[in-house]
Amino acid sequence: MSVARSLFHSSRLWLMALALIAPLVLGGCGVNDIPTYDEDAKAKWSQVLNNYQRRADLVPNLVETVRGYATQERETLTAVVEARAKATQTTLPPDILNNPEAFQKFQQNQQALSSALSRLMVVVERYPDLKSNQNFLALQAQLEGTENRIAVARRDYIQAVQRYNTELRTFPGSIWAMLIYRDAKVKENFTAQPGAEQAPRVDFTKKS
Amino acid sequence: MNATARRSAAGLISVVALLASVLASFAAEPRLPALSGRIVDEARLLSPSTRNELTEALAAHERATSNQVAVAVLASLQGYDIEDFSVRLFRAWHLGQADRNNGVLLVVAPKEKKVRIEVGYGLEGALPDAIAHTIIQSEILPRFRAGDMEGGVVQGTRAVLGAIAGTYKPKTGTTYDVNFDPMIAVLIVFVILFLLHNMNAYRRGGHGFGGYYGGWGPSFGGSRGGSGSFGGGSSGGGFSGGGGSSGGGGASGSW
Repeated sequence: MSVARSLFHSSRLWLMALALIAPLVLGGCGVNDIPTYDEDAKAKWSQVLNNYQRRADLVPNLVETVRGYATQERETLTAVVEARAKATQTTLPPDILNNPEAFQKFQQNQQALSSALSRLMVVVERYPDLKSNQNFLALQAQLEGTENRIAVARRDYIQAVQRYNTELRTFPGSIWAMLIYRDAKVKENFTAQPGAEQAPRVDFTKKS
Repeated sequence: MNATARRSAAGLISVVALLASVLASFAAEPRLPALSGRIVDEARLLSPSTRNELTEALAAHERATSNQVAVAVLASLQGYDIEDFSVRLFRAWHLGQADRNNGVLLVVAPKEKKVRIEVGYGLEGALPDAIAHTIIQSEILPRFRAGDMEGGVVQGTRAVLGAIAGTYKPKTGTTYDVNFDPMIAVLIVFVILFLLHNMNAYRRGGHGFGGYYGGWGPSFGGSRGGSGSFGGGSSGGGFSGGGGSSGGGGASGSW
């Protein structure tokens, strides 16, 4: 009787210990990796969005400052304003990271704003007054810094998604994905745009 | 050439291309200099006395504000953009305290004639891009152009210190850098105590709780103390980053 009770007691004790230890042991074999990497990729994506937003916020000020000096550059300025409108007006679908079409469109819109802005920055070289305006110089420095932040954030996102997608499709991760994370999907990643690696060219033939 | 041969040739080519791209992605990491001190002068640009003086100023600044400022004079950018190189170096060196990201890195590449101020996340408010730009344009580049490399580095660094001074108060008390989740530590301790307590209770009929508890306390405290060794920063060697990061803020210039 007392032997049976002590056996019962100790097995309950071991069950309790097991229940406490199980999460620690499981945590070590990658069961948490998919959600962890998922959250990491999402955070990196927010940083990308944040920096694109930062750039979009700079544009109106920049356009106003340039307009005051370079009145002839209406075409270039309009292109920037329109590209900004396009890049900020489209509301992003919540599933953008799993939606190749929406992701592609987002990337194209941001790329269009990048090209419009770099054309503007080439054009302003012709205006020495503007180039010595303190306000403009500050805006230019901020724009350069923001473009660099975008590049860094994009690279971080690319790495995070690569890690997440790899985890999802390779051995231990693919088992966990099948067993518990069935709704985990491979995420979209940035691709280099055709021509994006080339610096903007100054085109002297088409003068406005 | 028949179809099979052509297909296998195409397969071989694609395998070679894949290997090449894998190798390229490995080769795409620059060789980063080690963080041997607050001033890392690969190009031997600074005289020993200037270096000591500047190191002392940077150490004093960290003691007062916990901001970590470092200077890197590189032998070469190894074909990288200075922006790309700087953020990699900043992250490899973990400048700034981990919870504040309050680091700044001044990168000078004399060979490529490029300079950059890389600002950690936490100091982007105190040292915004426009201020970093102004420091480069008005303090650093005129001296570099006139051939006064040392003066440019010293005045640039002092301007950076001036801009970020007083933004963070020194840490009060000591915080420990516990590398694992405290909840797990608590759980482990509870499980062990629980098991020990019960086992002893069964074996002896009494309980040996106190003895074991006393045995565990000091050793746990000791390991915690050992891992929390950053912060103060001595003025000699032994400088190490506090765990901060940068997201590419700052400004660059060339001369």
